[in-house]
Amino acid sequence: MLLAASAAAAQRPVVIGSKKFTESYVLGEIATRSLQRAGVSAEHRAGMGGTIILWEALVGGSIDAYPEYTGTIAQEILKLSGRPTREDLSAALAARGVAMGAPLGFENTYALVVAPARARTLGLARISDLSRHPGLVFGLTHEFLDRADGWRPLAAAYDLSPGRVAGIDHALGYEALRHGSIDVKDAYSTDARIAQDGLVVLEDERRFFPDYQAVFLHRSVIAPRAAAAIASLSGTIDAARMRSLNSTAERAKDYAAGADAYFGGRPSAREGRARRILRLTARHLELVAASLLLAVAIGLPLGIRASRPGPASQIILGATGVVQTIPALALLALLVPVPFLGIGPATAVVALFLYSLLPIVRGTATGLASIPPALTETAESLGLPAWTRLRAIDLPLASRAIVAGIQTSAVIDVGAATLAALIGAGGLGEPIISGLNLNDHATILEGAIPAAILALAVQAGFGLIERIVVPRGLRLPKIES
Amino acid sequence: MIELRGVRKSFGATVALERTDLAFPPGATTALIGPSGCGKSTLLRLLLGLVAPSEGDVLFDGEPLAPGNLAAVRHRVGYVVQDGGLFPHLTARENVVLLARHLKTPEERRRRRLRELSELVKLPDAALDRYPGELSGGQRQRVALMRALLLEPAALLLDEPLAALDPLVRSSLQEDLREIFRRLGATTVFVTHDMAEAAYLADHIVLMREGRIVQRGTAADLRDSPAEPFVSSFLRAQRRVAF
Repeated sequence: MLLAASAAAAQRPVVIGSKKFTESYVLGEIATRSLQRAGVSAEHRAGMGGTIILWEALVGGSIDAYPEYTGTIAQEILKLSGRPTREDLSAALAARGVAMGAPLGFENTYALVVAPARARTLGLARISDLSRHPGLVFGLTHEFLDRADGWRPLAAAYDLSPGRVAGIDHALGYEALRHGSIDVKDAYSTDARIAQDGLVVLEDERRFFPDYQAVFLHRSVIAPRAAAAIASLSGTIDAARMRSLNSTAERAKDYAAGADAYFGGRPSAREGRARRILRLTARHLELVAASLLLAVAIGLPLGIRASRPGPASQIILGATGVVQTIPALALLALLVPVPFLGIGPATAVVALFLYSLLPIVRGTATGLASIPPALTETAESLGLPAWTRLRAIDLPLASRAIVAGIQTSAVIDVGAATLAALIGAGGLGEPIISGLNLNDHATILEGAIPAAILALAVQAGFGLIERIVVPRGLRLPKIES
Repeated sequence: MIELRGVRKSFGATVALERTDLAFPPGATTALIGPSGCGKSTLLRLLLGLVAPSEGDVLFDGEPLAPGNLAAVRHRVGYVVQDGGLFPHLTARENVVLLARHLKTPEERRRRRLRELSELVKLPDAALDRYPGELSGGQRQRVALMRALLLEPAALLLDEPLAALDPLVRSSLQEDLREIFRRLGATTVFVTHDMAEAAYLADHIVLMREGRIVQRGTAADLRDSPAEPFVSSFLRAQRRVAF
């Protein structure tokens, strides 16, 4: 029994997750390398969508470990009030089957930063100074805006009422700060950009932000050798070192470079660009093909049902329409905790499938409903069984609208599949997301260009499919009798 | 033998056909005629179960139409609508043999019937391999007729089969139809709003108005002993158009 369990565990690599910002990527990569150096097979699902997605993935077992901060664990994950100790956290985590390692050696708390010139002219040194300048523009990350220990309680604690608060991506926010389009931004205290741009960190003199000690969370059940490899990282990274690793990664426009620096600067073997793009494109196509096949298999029968008037038709079209209105990232986050899905390709395929359902269902339903009444009546008068009639008459007559629906779905899928990278499912979204965080256009284009080409190819491919699927008699130019 | 026994049909509050008893003489041709909205097309659809009666029964060879025998009855009845109702994704030939193929009629019989029928309806062989979109309106009606007749049906129902055609094509098809009806000997019912066409093609005429049968008989009966003033005025109005 035990032997079987450990054999199964040995086959499956240890999966390390990370969030989509530089430090998390670098720490995830360091942990992955550290496991591999200890002879444990490990892989890194980099740049996943956010705290909730990673936590659900960890509890569900689709990842085994990821770097987190004690403040986030207390506030966001366990939703504890007050200032819980590390022992409190460990006890609460253990109840969920999760263990917390010893601190890595640095703290990465939230901070508010301002550009040096603005700090000088306005005399800004502490957060409370901001309340004297009500016209300032705050550019804050969406996560910070929504967090229980984020913007709203901070504004209340310091009595801040800024001119405008805008939600902005973390990496783009630094650019906005540099160009002066925002005045104040939330930051992590170890962000490389703070030193690079000479930003002024405002003092949190009322000690609003809780402790954010960096730690690794891992599942309690992972192999002792893996747990030991992760534990060996504790106390090895102080704030200066982390800032330098972050800076190395961002300057090299490559997270792996940060991990290289940690292990003594020897770069690890890296796959070439062409090879990487090919691998990502192949994965992207897999995601699109699998979800599209599923959507056709389910959407076609639903569309056939929805072509008949009645409440069922309203329900089907309504439900598939509602799915379309859920933002893709939210849909992914909702699916991650679902049993058997978790993090990875399966969830991405399900989400894409749900997304691509509406055009197929609607195309099929309207295609069938718009068959001229004289033809439906004649078809009925022949006395064919329902299935024969559907296959030989109705579906061919509706084929053009059905193919158009599938084509729309396919093109949507190619675009939406770039979000699959947020839940570790890979694809062309990987370079796009990491490029956005590194503010590196070359990396972004590495994903965006193949995705655009893919969308065009799908569009062209469907021209061909239409010639095969839509009967010749329906493609004739009309002649007058 | 096709028969309506106490059949009434209403759509919501609108009565399309008042309570009607009517038998169609076997082997003869009957025309259902009357102004638009008189219920003649509804009556034809009732015969094939395309609409279900609100009351009463439609009998086919003495059996009331029911979900259980509907398909079998439809296999024995040919049906032609105004613009042919040909399926545009199939060639003329595929349209004609669609049902025979489903019923697994022997290939040999299908081929023989195709030959006989293209001769009967005067359709050139080449036209059979064209799509409906490549045929003229008259050719389409000839193909539709072949499809309706392929399985040697006991009855043939036609809903304004010539209404969409221009006068020259129409008159030549009228001549051909008369010949076809005579040679076939099937129970034939067709809907028209043209009295001259009805008189030319049909043995019996059923004149309808506002969901009710006003008079039935031969064209001469209607002309010589009209049941109501409406019959005379309907005939007069038609005569004006038809010279």
